[in-house]
Amino acid sequence: MLRKLCIAVAIVAGTAQPLLANKIDPKADQQAFQNYFKKRFPKVQFNDFVNGPYSMDAGLRKQWKAIDAFPPYQFAVEKGEKMFKTPFKNGKTYADCFPNKGIGIRQHYPMFDAKLGTVITLEVAVNQCRVKNGEKPFNAKKGDMAAITAYMAWTSRGKLMDIKIPDDPRALAAYEKGKEYFYTRRGQFNFSCASCHVQSAGMHIRTEVLAPALGILNALPIYRSNWGGIVEYRNLEYFLSYMANGLPISGPGARP
Amino acid sequence: MSDFSDAPVVRRTILKGALAGGLVGLGLGSFPFPAFAADAKGWPADAFKHKSEADTLKALYGKTAEPSDKINLDAPEIAENGAVVPIAVSSTLPKVTGIAVLVLKNPNVLAAAYKIPEGTMASVSSRLKMAKTGKVVAVVESNGKLYSATKDVKVTVGGCGG
Amino acid sequence: MASTIRVRAVASGGTTTVQSLIRHPMDSGFVKNKKTGKIIPAHFIQVLEFEHGGKTVFTALWGPAVSKDPYVKFSFKGGKKGDPLKVSWVDNKGESDSLTAKIQ
Repeated sequence: MLRKLCIAVAIVAGTAQPLLANKIDPKADQQAFQNYFKKRFPKVQFNDFVNGPYSMDAGLRKQWKAIDAFPPYQFAVEKGEKMFKTPFKNGKTYADCFPNKGIGIRQHYPMFDAKLGTVITLEVAVNQCRVKNGEKPFNAKKGDMAAITAYMAWTSRGKLMDIKIPDDPRALAAYEKGKEYFYTRRGQFNFSCASCHVQSAGMHIRTEVLAPALGILNALPIYRSNWGGIVEYRNLEYFLSYMANGLPISGPGARP
Repeated sequence: MSDFSDAPVVRRTILKGALAGGLVGLGLGSFPFPAFAADAKGWPADAFKHKSEADTLKALYGKTAEPSDKINLDAPEIAENGAVVPIAVSSTLPKVTGIAVLVLKNPNVLAAAYKIPEGTMASVSSRLKMAKTGKVVAVVESNGKLYSATKDVKVTVGGCGG
Repeated sequence: MASTIRVRAVASGGTTTVQSLIRHPMDSGFVKNKKTGKIIPAHFIQVLEFEHGGKTVFTALWGPAVSKDPYVKFSFKGGKKGDPLKVSWVDNKGESDSLTAKIQ
């Protein structure tokens, strides 16, 4: 069964999204990306794509709703709020580093930092703030970072993803690198991210359901992910987040 | 947007071990329900050690259960995550005094037991760990007798950390 | 120190519905610490009680098969907005916590 799936996916993947050699056009990519998923899943309400596998399977959705009604990540959000409001040794706080005092801004990340010439994610911005104020950066994969970003995601719930790609060749190049990563096949099964999350979105792999790539990052940070941590590939995140512009932030997310 | 607005706190006390005995004095034993072998906290240690439904119910209630269609056991067909399986039990049986949930393929089958005093509804929701695919049994004590309902739940990612 | 207990208790039509989420590891004693290879000792809530109007309205007797950061939902007749609802738990190590919340 898996072999047939591999073959089917390889055939379909070969015909997907050719990389534009000439002009990088994120807006056109985004329209095509969103239209593909709307057409493929006509019964899914557009905003529901941000709920990943739960928009695809009623049984999983019911379990998730039961847990999300009073979610265990509540404790992380509370911890994050406390950390967020606690001043640094120099008396400043995170609010001093971010627009709108850092409240309800998650939907703007990742963003392109023209001075640094790179894409920065929310986690990078949090650490920049810490270092700027004389504190040690967080290990991005550990609890403290997740708690703060959980709080920041929580204050941004419902806000629509709003990623900007300025007309700067470096920003466009970063976006294109992220897109290339997404569609490139790798690993022993020769799958790309797209193989599963575009071509096979909504399909069952054993009893897991493949989340569609559209909106797949809107629920960050994810709690108890069995990938063992938060995926932090900045350019990939830049590409995928931009694809989801217009979809609401749904983080933090409870997932197995 | 929903928020975490919980019922406001009036008073909080952190009790330590020595006061735990006082906790028992507060409520347990003040209403009629079958006494079972319990420790100082009122916890039925023995009932939590068994590997079969029959032994567990004998230890917990001193009885066996008969199937009833008046018990609604809401559990997923396929548990997304064996570490957190939402399970709800409710019953229209009369004079319910206890509800228990057993997970038959767990190392010890009793997951939880609930005492339902008069005036409390025969309905409980909780989140349980399931080690692997198997049956979940909801047991209801009504009018001094035991009734049960069973459901098969498939588990792919085991709930015991494996 | 912040309480481990979170409660949402809502009175409606003569019935109070209570949901509670508690911060507790609920370690089963079956899991090994991945780094040290040693078994993480069992550490779980055994008895959880809810009291209203001087009466126990619900008791949970839990084992290690209850999920981490355990949750429970139940309802009882009576209770009105503003009434105190006391929640207390004790675990297998003899640790405990208690909170009095107000019914909404």
